[in-house]
Amino acid sequence: MRLTPKSATLLALVVLIALAPVFFPSGFYYRVGALIFVNALAVTGIVILTGWAGQISLGHAGFAGIGAYACALAPVHWGIHPALAILLGAAISAVLAWLVGRPILRLKGYYLAVASLGMGILISMVLNNERWLTRGPDGIDVPELGLRDVLKDAGLSLTNGQFWYFLCGIVLVIGAWLALNLHDSATGRALRALHGSEVAARTVGMDVARLKLQAFVISAVYASVSGSLLALQNKFITPDVAGFMHSVEMVTMAVLGGVGSVAGAIFGAAVLTLLPQVLTVFAEYEQLVLGLVMVLVMIFLREGVVPSILRKIRGSGE
Amino acid sequence: MNLLSIEGLGISFGGIKAVNNVSFGVKPGEIVSVIGPNGAGKTTLFNMISGVYLPGAGKVILNGEDVTAMSPHLLARRGMCRTFQNLQVFQSMTVLENTIAGYHLQESGSVLADILNLPSSRRRAKAAEAGARDLLRRVGLERAAEREAGSLSYGSLKRLEIARAMALNPKVLLLDEPAAGCNAVETEEIDHLIAEIAASGVAILLVEHDMKLVMRISNHIVVLDHGEKIAEGDPASVSQNPAVIAAYLGAENAAG
Repeated sequence: MRLTPKSATLLALVVLIALAPVFFPSGFYYRVGALIFVNALAVTGIVILTGWAGQISLGHAGFAGIGAYACALAPVHWGIHPALAILLGAAISAVLAWLVGRPILRLKGYYLAVASLGMGILISMVLNNERWLTRGPDGIDVPELGLRDVLKDAGLSLTNGQFWYFLCGIVLVIGAWLALNLHDSATGRALRALHGSEVAARTVGMDVARLKLQAFVISAVYASVSGSLLALQNKFITPDVAGFMHSVEMVTMAVLGGVGSVAGAIFGAAVLTLLPQVLTVFAEYEQLVLGLVMVLVMIFLREGVVPSILRKIRGSGE
Repeated sequence: MNLLSIEGLGISFGGIKAVNNVSFGVKPGEIVSVIGPNGAGKTTLFNMISGVYLPGAGKVILNGEDVTAMSPHLLARRGMCRTFQNLQVFQSMTVLENTIAGYHLQESGSVLADILNLPSSRRRAKAAEAGARDLLRRVGLERAAEREAGSLSYGSLKRLEIARAMALNPKVLLLDEPAAGCNAVETEEIDHLIAEIAASGVAILLVEHDMKLVMRISNHIVVLDHGEKIAEGDPASVSQNPAVIAAYLGAENAAG
């Protein structure tokens, strides 16, 4: 039996996540892995928005910020369990994306990039300046998720690093599965269609503004959950999570791996998360390297690394 | 009873009347062609009927309802679909996916069902795919189903656009130069296809340069020149009409 691209991607992902720990030189790499998964989740949302619907957001870190601070604040102030705070953050992000996207996405062109940029900056400013609530730029503690203790009581004892590695891995697999479902569905097809020709999409009855809005809201939820997981595993969060550089990072990861492909998004997230961990010198020149990667990919691998390689393999196979 | 009625439609660009006071109707199963020299306003008229341009005057009545200046996706819901002179296909999608896209109105349900891959979503997708494969067979593209649309020949793309439009199961089909750029064989295939669609009861409005095709398949012809309707009638009477001959050959020739 031939594997569909969807099951092939999911199978490869599960195998990689399950087997990678065998090669880890130290427990530290569980943490790196978890970071990769968290970033890959946000970038999967970018694939839906940018790769399929053709819309650009420069403020997605804002949604990650909402997800992160929901987990920091809701348990302390309203006594909501951190796991429910993830859902609360996602719901707030979805509503905000809807409010911002609804008027903007009726316009033709790249207005969403500008509007989302402004929105991201605003969220970042609120997180930095409203010290009474967020404690400002110094960051804030995030409560324990508590799931690890539950597992321990049930007889499954994991180190903190292992726990977050597998939890984020599972969430990423689910996120990838949902995105791949969407890709082959009526909605996903319509998103890709309007990216190809808006005129033709309208002609066959597609409500272009509504479809773009759906893509924006869905991708905001991905970013929000990613922010929540980041905050919960670090047990600490600063407003940097909502910063402009984080938004650019998400887009760069997607473009590097291949903005139209979920597998590419995960690859891009892995490369750009690993680099600064492996080469400490990279950290100082991070912005420079991000820019350089963008330029080189645009020139040499317009579709991104993974789709370009796949095309080569298929091309030579025929 | 006309399925589509055009009543006194007009539009001006910068003070120049591109289309002025044009009226006619299309009945179910009828093929009406709009002809005229270059710049006569045919495509402009089409764009007004299909909701791309906002008409300056007049009305478009579809099935008894005033649909003037209605957005194309709402027109599609009411059974009007069009093709484009300069081809509008989804280049990076496969031929099959392009055709399935035509089933969007029948296929699309809730986004949540789509994301979760619920049985209802799978069922809708399956039905759309079956319909699309059937249509591709009818237009002779079934063997190209899995190919990327961008790799097809011009004539095949024209047929793909018609297949996608047929997927909507329209009551009124607007075809903007379906045979433009096609060779003789391809033109004949498209000719058969249009006649077949009309025979199934669809009202067809056609803009076409290929006079032989127009004369062969039209029930009724509307002639535009400088944005005004100068003649209409069946192919035989229109081709004999002095005003039409003058418009095509130039006024001096006709006088001399």
